[in-house]
Amino acid sequence: MARVVVNVPAEAKRGEVIEIRTLAGHPMETGFRRTQLGELIPRDIIRSLVCTYNGVEVFRADFHPAMAANPLLTFTTVAAESGTLEFRWTGDNGFSATQTAAIKVL
Amino acid sequence: MKFCTVILSALVAAVSHAGEIPSAERRSGYEFMSRETRAMQDDEVTGPAVLWLLDGEALWGKLGCAGCHGDAKASMKGVAARYPALVDGKLVSLEQQVRHKAAPLPSSLAYESRELLALTAYVARQSHGMPIQVNEKTKPLMDRGKDFFHRRQGQLNLACAQCHDDNWGKKLAGNTIPQAHPTGYPIYRLEWQTVGSLARRFRNCLTGMRAELYAPGSPEFVELELYLMWRARGMKLESPAVRP
Repeated sequence: MARVVVNVPAEAKRGEVIEIRTLAGHPMETGFRRTQLGELIPRDIIRSLVCTYNGVEVFRADFHPAMAANPLLTFTTVAAESGTLEFRWTGDNGFSATQTAAIKVL
Repeated sequence: MKFCTVILSALVAAVSHAGEIPSAERRSGYEFMSRETRAMQDDEVTGPAVLWLLDGEALWGKLGCAGCHGDAKASMKGVAARYPALVDGKLVSLEQQVRHKAAPLPSSLAYESRELLALTAYVARQSHGMPIQVNEKTKPLMDRGKDFFHRRQGQLNLACAQCHDDNWGKKLAGNTIPQAHPTGYPIYRLEWQTVGSLARRFRNCLTGMRAELYAPGSPEFVELELYLMWRARGMKLESPAVRP
């Protein structure tokens, strides 16, 4: 099971811009490297991250080769109402990971 | 002839080692890093090494470490700050001590395996910010490490001290030469894109010097680690640190 970490403020004022940090454990193998015997190492990367806030998509990112291993992504959204943020990473070789975080809007 | 000798000795004095770095001038590798890389190390929630810390915490329960040692947050506090140490008369590094129960099973907790690095990082983390101490009883072994550090070796005929004692702060290609204080191992190294041990770092340097490589856990490396810890005595442990 892939290890993922998200950091969402536990509380925010309504209308406040909140910062969300996400970290996903993944080797992000580019598909361009070769072994010492000259064989191509197949590509193995995360393809996308989607963040939904109470079911509404608020952020989406496409990943490409040559992004670092264990990618950290930081983005912002507006604290609209109390609820949950859901994060879903998908990638090559059936990679999939999800994480949720609760937020309380005052 | 005598004149030549005077010139020669003057030259030798000029190029020979500047000696040990005074404690006031000691700098952790952290201080040579960019603002961005420092931010990665300082991020305790989403820093890259957090992935290994979480794995280490899970392994602590799964491998039954807690059966003898209880809560690592209490029992492992300060442990990493005094390793390598003498255990039953033998000098062992923190990693070797972490794998003591796994010794009959060499397939698990192999050197440089994710499991061993994660568990070592988790144990070392419990001593975060604590000053490095070295037991004076290890002096004979430490002297061997000191000899290794000052001995010219490899095809380039270099000694560790020539860079890390005499020329720290200057540039080697595009990189700043650090003082070689092992304050943050195991480290998440950006060049490696993963966590690695001090032995792996030693092998990097020795490869660059075109010198003989030793195996992780070999006495040569543990003695060198002991000397470097003594050299960094009193400095704060940052494990698991981030380095470029």
